[in-house]
Amino acid sequence: MHLLLSQSINLFAAMLLIVVFAMISQRRILRVIHLFTVQGATLVASTIVVGYLTGQHHLYYSAAVTLIVKVILIPVLLHRVIDRLNVRWDVETLINIPTTMLIGIVLVVFAFNLALPIAKLSLSIARGTLGIALACFLLSFMMMISRAKAVPQVIGFLSMENSLFFAAAAATNGMPMIVELGIAFDVLAGILILGVFMFQIREQFDSLDIRHLEKLKED
Amino acid sequence: MISQLLEILVALILAPLLMGWINAWRAWLQNKSAPSLLQPYRTLHKLFHKESVVAETAMPLFRIAPYLVFGCMALACGIVPTLSTDLPMAPAADAIALVGVFALARVFSALAAMDIGTSFGTMGARREMMIGFLAEPALLMVLFTASLITRSTSLASIVHTLASQKFVIYPSLLFSGAAFLLVLLAENARVPVDNPTTHLELTMIHEALILEYSGRHLALIEWAVALKLFAYTCIGAALFFPWGLAQANAPEALLLALPVLVVKLAAAGVVLAMIETVNAKMRIFRVPEFLATAFLLAVIALLVHVLLGA
Repeated sequence: MHLLLSQSINLFAAMLLIVVFAMISQRRILRVIHLFTVQGATLVASTIVVGYLTGQHHLYYSAAVTLIVKVILIPVLLHRVIDRLNVRWDVETLINIPTTMLIGIVLVVFAFNLALPIAKLSLSIARGTLGIALACFLLSFMMMISRAKAVPQVIGFLSMENSLFFAAAAATNGMPMIVELGIAFDVLAGILILGVFMFQIREQFDSLDIRHLEKLKED
Repeated sequence: MISQLLEILVALILAPLLMGWINAWRAWLQNKSAPSLLQPYRTLHKLFHKESVVAETAMPLFRIAPYLVFGCMALACGIVPTLSTDLPMAPAADAIALVGVFALARVFSALAAMDIGTSFGTMGARREMMIGFLAEPALLMVLFTASLITRSTSLASIVHTLASQKFVIYPSLLFSGAAFLLVLLAENARVPVDNPTTHLELTMIHEALILEYSGRHLALIEWAVALKLFAYTCIGAALFFPWGLAQANAPEALLLALPVLVVKLAAAGVVLAMIETVNAKMRIFRVPEFLATAFLLAVIALLVHVLLGA
């Protein structure tokens, strides 16, 4: 049982990686939000398993906070934002998904190599997954770069935060509770502010395409 | 020896039934009344009794191709461990050779389609080759991941190792399972890539290939298509759900393995029908993207195996 649980941490890590790749290749905004919810749920599950295996009960609390903030609150907020902006069924034109995917593979290899020496220093139970957490981080970052619309960019940012959280759990069995609480509220506040920003961008340009922001004034 | 013969026999008999099962489930899920499960057998029976018409311009290649394709698929069904891992034919061809057998069948069906010189045949052949060259590397990567885990490229020994060890969760197999599902859909002309029931000229891929065939040739090709789907489903079952196969050449173990195989195939058929129902056929230019995803998942499976050692 114990063995299966420690293997399931690897499984959850792999699922996180799949979800990030799915996010990168997904055109529909609604699906990206669904994927983000799945990512949060996977994170909760893996945190609970790590907490159970290491006997560190503060991880249960951080899992609960993750559940409330990232699986329930933020997706609900995002759904309301896309409803209000009327972009629920929007399809983003992504160019060249295969190329993005290939760059993604290179990023994964890079992250795995980067994480190997660090993981050797760590004593945590999930140290093998540090490479995956780093890869998820870099991929979310790439998602922020490659997307043109505001909502997927915000989700890329949130998924980056998720990967950092997972990396912390993998490398050091979780951060101190106070830090985690702080980050959770930061993210929540960030979402609210970004939501306001999205409305403002929309007001100004009649579109959520952030390329319009590059122009300084009307021609 | 018994297991080998039984395995090929079971494949030949069960493959059309699997086709009928999937078609029935597709109809049920779409609120239609389903054709009989035995409909593929009736179609085969009808076609075998019809006269085979061959175009005047056809070369001998056109007549040979159906037999070759059928032979390749039957051979593939003999290599894949469906009932037992104790197969006399298994050492003759490993997983890589198996991919080669599929490729051989594809090349011949494409050549035969181009042989007549109709535009549809040529178009279908080109599309088929495009899908094939994108799907093959992904399939190879999937098989390599399993080979790395079990340190063997022979399918029989891969399955033997996976089934006989204690239950371990392999995240890498999760990735390659997803990749394999995408490859299976593309290679067998299932819905997101190609609609097997369509005769709409511009969208068809597989149907365009076999447009010129009739009578017993068409029957052989239809049977080969069913065998291919059967072989792929069995590869999937063998790699990702390897339990319940007979390990030795014992008759009672084989008897037990048969119901297990039927249950696995039935479940796989329902899953396939569901995938085909909830997805729409995509544009042909999206197919490279679809298969690039499969390749990517398979490569990540390899990487995850290297990193996590699992």
